[in-house]
Amino acid sequence: MEKPLTQHIVPGRAPLSLKEYEKVGGYQSVRKILKEMPPADVQNLVKASDLRGRGGAGFNTGLKWSFVPMGPEAAKPKYLVANADEMEPGTFKDRVLLEGNPHQLIEGMIVAAYAIDASISYIFMRWAYKVAAREIIKALDEAYEAGYLGENILGSGFSLDMHLHTGVGRYMCGEETALLNALEGKRANPRAKPPFPQVSGLFGKPTIVNNVETLCCLPHIINNGAEWFKGLSKTQDAGTKLYGISGRVKMPGCWELPMGTTIRELIEEHGGGMQDGYLFKGLLPGGASTDFLVEEHMDVPMDYTSIQAAGSRMGTGTMIILDDQTCPVGFVHNLQHFFAQESCGFCTPCREGLPWVEKILLALDRGEGKPEHLLTLDFHTKYLGPGNTFCALAPGAMEPLQSALKYFREDFERHIHEHHCPWSKAKVWQPSI
Amino acid sequence: MLTTEEKHKIDHEISLVPSPKNACIEALKIVQNSHGWVSDESLKDVADYVGMSPAELDSVATFYNLIFRRPVGRHVILVCDSISCWVMGYESIRDRLYEKLNIQYGQTSEDGRFTLLPNCCLGTCDRAPALMIDNDLYRDLTVEQLDEILEKYT
Repeated sequence: MEKPLTQHIVPGRAPLSLKEYEKVGGYQSVRKILKEMPPADVQNLVKASDLRGRGGAGFNTGLKWSFVPMGPEAAKPKYLVANADEMEPGTFKDRVLLEGNPHQLIEGMIVAAYAIDASISYIFMRWAYKVAAREIIKALDEAYEAGYLGENILGSGFSLDMHLHTGVGRYMCGEETALLNALEGKRANPRAKPPFPQVSGLFGKPTIVNNVETLCCLPHIINNGAEWFKGLSKTQDAGTKLYGISGRVKMPGCWELPMGTTIRELIEEHGGGMQDGYLFKGLLPGGASTDFLVEEHMDVPMDYTSIQAAGSRMGTGTMIILDDQTCPVGFVHNLQHFFAQESCGFCTPCREGLPWVEKILLALDRGEGKPEHLLTLDFHTKYLGPGNTFCALAPGAMEPLQSALKYFREDFERHIHEHHCPWSKAKVWQPSI
Repeated sequence: MLTTEEKHKIDHEISLVPSPKNACIEALKIVQNSHGWVSDESLKDVADYVGMSPAELDSVATFYNLIFRRPVGRHVILVCDSISCWVMGYESIRDRLYEKLNIQYGQTSEDGRFTLLPNCCLGTCDRAPALMIDNDLYRDLTVEQLDEILEKYT
């Protein structure tokens, strides 16, 4: 089984130096595009490979690039930003790539920057990834030294600068327009679209924001072609995927596997099955802002199309397991506390609605719930849903809530009828601030 | 007053962006690095330096949870309270810290050694529960490990 993105990552071992990386074929894709592929060819190849954004939205990467104005008339400078914010609770896949092989990311970023003719690039990384920051700084120095970054790369006439920017917290920074505001030294509020960042992004210039895993796919697509990339997958969505599992399985972790690996294989083979004494109750397939899936979905392939057909979203592909000894209301309460805190406060439904939802869940957890509370939760899942808020934060928050109300409604009702949480007291989510 | 070294570092950040204002978060980070937090006085100094009003800069500073606008201890403990850490029982870690340091979230121990804060997701969910002290990440935590970990920080 091919694992292009993680083949050179060995847990516990330092990432490859530039020299070692070159020995295993590193930076070949940069040499190839600079020599024989004009930017339009790179865009077309990536479009044909069906690479879809690995940050969660799943948009075709080549198509996203194609909205960037090209040619001598286009505004300059253009920017490329690697979204390494990875703040979706339950998500830790980009950390593996950032810590394990920083040169692969830099190589992918050079390919992406070249494809859109960007001359300045940023890696926007969350503050918590200290090891990754250290390794990236080292790798950037090596790449400049070797002439892969800077002026006139390998004598091609193409120039690219690359900077690491570490954030100072807030989930909002993962939203691409909020990320751009953060990079500009502003509050990370999302921006109205249009204009889309491809036309008017960072400092008002054409900008592409791509996820780390997406960018890491690029060198391999350039080297091996679109058909090869599609062939890596088991289903209609192309490539491999970094999947992860957290929660009460025997061996939580992160694995690169063919796109479309089933939920059952992930949990039972790679995660080692549930821990002794715990039964599977449900899961969020791709982070905190995705809908629950349950037992009946165990054989669904983890790819964008199949997970969507099952009523959820693939999101980041890193799943969180709900076991039978964890209260589903407490689980959702923890999530809504997070979303309420992380709301930027810019639009009213999100700013006011999420704390209301949290308050109701707290009442349920404390045994103070009333039957009408469930109706209030139900209408929030509509009023905070898509189209009613300025960005996707609140609709994302409503995904686990609406699906919990669907699959675990009895558990919600038991909290109300029994006037206490049926699960052990220790498992009641108690926000402290 | 900003020190010469702080100004030097801020100047470098300003050189990378179109307008000095764009470097304001970096400037806040620089000041926080040297003082541990951003006081009203520092905030005003940075605002003057990058050409913003203190109120405008404070709206940025208070937006981000890792810019500290109140004094913190010599070490900051960030306890992950996100979903995976909760499922894996992080509360026992939090409660032991409450007890041992005799403080709650948002407070600093009497000896000025530790400030305790909750934090959303540290991105190491497969090895929950987790916490960070300054730049160090601790994962697969058990209550028994805490004494030894805290002793490393004076």
